[in-house]
Amino acid sequence: MSETTELTPDLAVPGKARAAAPRFQLSRYRDLSLIPVIFVLGVIGFIVSPVFLTSDNLIGVLQQSSELSLLVLAEAMILICGRMDLSLESTIGVAPVIAMWLVLPSSGPATFHGIGLFPTWSSIPVCLAVGLVIGAVNGFLILKLRVNGFIATLGMLTMLRGLQDGVAQGKSIVAVPASFSYLGKTEWMGAPAAVWICLLLFVIGGLALGYLRHGRALYAIGGNTEAARAAGIRVDRITWIVLALGGLIAAFAGVLYAGHYGAISATQGDGWIFQVFAATVIGGVSLNGGRGTLFGALTGVVSLQLVVNVTTLGGVPPLWDKFLYGAIIIVALIISRFASGEKQD
Amino acid sequence: MSNGQASTPPPAAVHAEGVVKRFGPTVALDRVGITVAVGDSHALVGRNGAGKSTLVSVLTGLHAPDAGRVAFLGEPAPAPGDTAAWQARVACVYQKSMVVPDLTVAENLFLNRFERGRIRWSRLRADAARLLAEYGVDVDPATRAADLTVEQGQFVEIARALSFGARFIILDEPTAQLDAAGIERLFTKLRELQQQGVAFLFISHHLQEVYDLCSTVTVYRDARHILTAPVADLGKADLVAAMTGETAQSATTWHARAAVAGNAAEASAEPSDAAVLRAEALALEGAFQPIDFAVRAGEVLGLAGATASGNTALGETLVGLRRATGGRASVDGKDVRPGSVPHALNAGIGYVPEDRHRQGLVLGRSVAENATLTVTDQLGPYGTVLPSRTRAFAQRMIDSLDIKTSGPAQPVSDLSGGNQQKVVIARALARDPRVLVAIRPTAGVDVKSKDALLGVVRGVADRGDAAVIVSDELDDLRVCDRVIALFHGRVIAEFGSGWNDRDLVSAMEGLPAGAGGDKGAEE
Ligand SMILES: Nc1ncnc2c1ncn2[C@@H]1O[C@H](COP(=O)(O)OP(=O)(O)OP(=O)(O)O)[C@@H](O)[C@H]1O
Ligand SMILES: [Mg+2]
Repeated sequence: MSETTELTPDLAVPGKARAAAPRFQLSRYRDLSLIPVIFVLGVIGFIVSPVFLTSDNLIGVLQQSSELSLLVLAEAMILICGRMDLSLESTIGVAPVIAMWLVLPSSGPATFHGIGLFPTWSSIPVCLAVGLVIGAVNGFLILKLRVNGFIATLGMLTMLRGLQDGVAQGKSIVAVPASFSYLGKTEWMGAPAAVWICLLLFVIGGLALGYLRHGRALYAIGGNTEAARAAGIRVDRITWIVLALGGLIAAFAGVLYAGHYGAISATQGDGWIFQVFAATVIGGVSLNGGRGTLFGALTGVVSLQLVVNVTTLGGVPPLWDKFLYGAIIIVALIISRFASGEKQD
Repeated sequence: MSNGQASTPPPAAVHAEGVVKRFGPTVALDRVGITVAVGDSHALVGRNGAGKSTLVSVLTGLHAPDAGRVAFLGEPAPAPGDTAAWQARVACVYQKSMVVPDLTVAENLFLNRFERGRIRWSRLRADAARLLAEYGVDVDPATRAADLTVEQGQFVEIARALSFGARFIILDEPTAQLDAAGIERLFTKLRELQQQGVAFLFISHHLQEVYDLCSTVTVYRDARHILTAPVADLGKADLVAAMTGETAQSATTWHARAAVAGNAAEASAEPSDAAVLRAEALALEGAFQPIDFAVRAGEVLGLAGATASGNTALGETLVGLRRATGGRASVDGKDVRPGSVPHALNAGIGYVPEDRHRQGLVLGRSVAENATLTVTDQLGPYGTVLPSRTRAFAQRMIDSLDIKTSGPAQPVSDLSGGNQQKVVIARALARDPRVLVAIRPTAGVDVKSKDALLGVVRGVADRGDAAVIVSDELDDLRVCDRVIALFHGRVIAEFGSGWNDRDLVSAMEGLPAGAGGDKGAEE
């Protein structure tokens, strides 16, 4: 298209070629800025307790992180495309409960009775579908009715939590079908299946965001919606899909959680959204959209969980947990800011 | 060639020397200086990326220089961060928009300098309305800044800067977003302030404005100071030569006739009769009346008009950003679905938006990503986007459009304004459009790149496709084979390529060209 131009490539081209190399790598390293934090936490853990470096402990940490990390995965994608979804922490609880209500028989010895609309084996697909619907409703509120996303999903958060309480009558559901709890319980190759699954989902997500055109589009949408639209990206459709996907992933986190603990707890996910945001943001995802990677978000989750683990091992009384949690978020934020260079806005 | 390093006696409004500013590996300013005498109107010119805006940020305290000194009226500049002290010395209209989109116009105008005590809103709004009226801007001060047109927004910034009462004012390309009438109003205001002894540092790529307004000119090139001279002593050709570093050639600007003559042999541009883009009774309520036109293969059509003429809205309707309320548009005989950018894109319409910050660029992302935003489907199999191909593609664009950047991975926010504009154009060309619709394609682009970019647009037509240029700049319109002038949403005149400046300008101002009975009007 450009043979027609006779533009002079004057102006110091050789100099520029040389300059390009170092800059390139700097921006690459931004993702890795939490790695030193994780390393330092590892060293502290090692000093604090000999138990820390045992595989049992580390695998425990990973398992603990798996459900949270899925919410972070969902939130990171949503934040990158410039939106936010607070209701994820309720979806993780309400989706399994509704699924149980739909698949469990209406009579029997168990304490919780459903309506038995679907066969028991379909509990996981039903649960995922519920999550998808919740995400789609969020999308409808935000994109079609154009209400404020923060408040809309805050409303959803409360409403869904209430829905869960209402359906489950405020109790935990203990008698979960075996097919439902399998994934959260089983082990593959010496580690919980949940850990492998999360890793796999992060890899898939990371590749999609990095190498698929629709994944790349999230960055454009989050960075400048109008420019994305002017460039022919179907902004609303993609945003909607991302929100629905977010709900689906949160529902899947609910499946793993229920399997892990053998029951659907009434407070499943309650209050997690703070940790989700904390992990996402210290992992380098911008709250304003358009910036961040899933790998960064993953390092954010791992850092947070390591802190909890190290302090527990160090014998810090649980009453101090919240204080430490907040403190570490702030410290991690500062460190990751410095490690990622100039962006100190 | 340089004659006249001020021989020091009275302290200058601003005096900077030895200023160095680096951004990572990029040296944006390399030991440059500038001296603006009290009451002087000083122009700063240079090609895109020469470092003009960077000097502005140093002179306004936005960036601390890595080395060098800045003094105002003989006193050293305030400490970085002491905003109040900086504001007392210098006011500035920045190149990129600094309005707060969600505040009202009135709040934007008086941001951070409300009167003491409680804010009296009605007074504030009345003051704002009065202030804007001085610039002929008629908007309700209670509108959100985000809802303003590009030009109104620019005037809000100008009014804000000029009303600080500073004795030294910097204007970084204030006219790039204004139409002729707007520029005239601005200049009247500036001359008034000149008379009161206010000093200016004025940056523009329209050299004529430099000659109209300024008495001294400084040229920067590649981060260095090249010369400072009285405007009267420096011909346009010499000025361009100083900017580009090349010996002055005949300063040709593109003109369709010349181009057609030159290309007639190779490209059979003229005679082909097939309309590439056709609009039939296309209308958008509140913006423009039903309009019919056709652009043939090999043709560049100009849609001329001032801001209120609806020509921008027409352009945006063609590319699917706005949904027409009537009529239809077709490319190569096939209808384009109204109101859908992806369909317009697939129909072969490429688009250069009016405001690169609002609609053109994703500022935080890299040059490569921005340049390839419309072609992500061509960068790998099965919906993938391969970084290597993205980079290669972007590098080709960077080379062919002469974009000054440290590489495809540089965030586009780090580029100079003109180079950002080139990225937007690169993206529009990336899909090899059948029709290129460009709205003010050369806003903020330096003289040399301007010719080159217009050459690129011309090239689209010469290879057998078509182009539409929506603009009010005569230089942009000169490459057009045909110009349709709009006024208040209506076609007021149509010109062949032989128009003269006066007719077109008066048509854009709403005076029917027929008065003089010139050729070309309304075929
Ligand atoms: N924040 C930044 N980070 C990195 N590089 C920058 C930054 N700001 C400017 N630059 C670089 O500094 C150089 C000078 O830029 P500057 O904006 O001063 O140019 P300019 O003369 O104003 O050009 P234009 O006429 O296009 O506005 C450019 O090469 C640009 O890429
Ligand atoms: Mg500039």
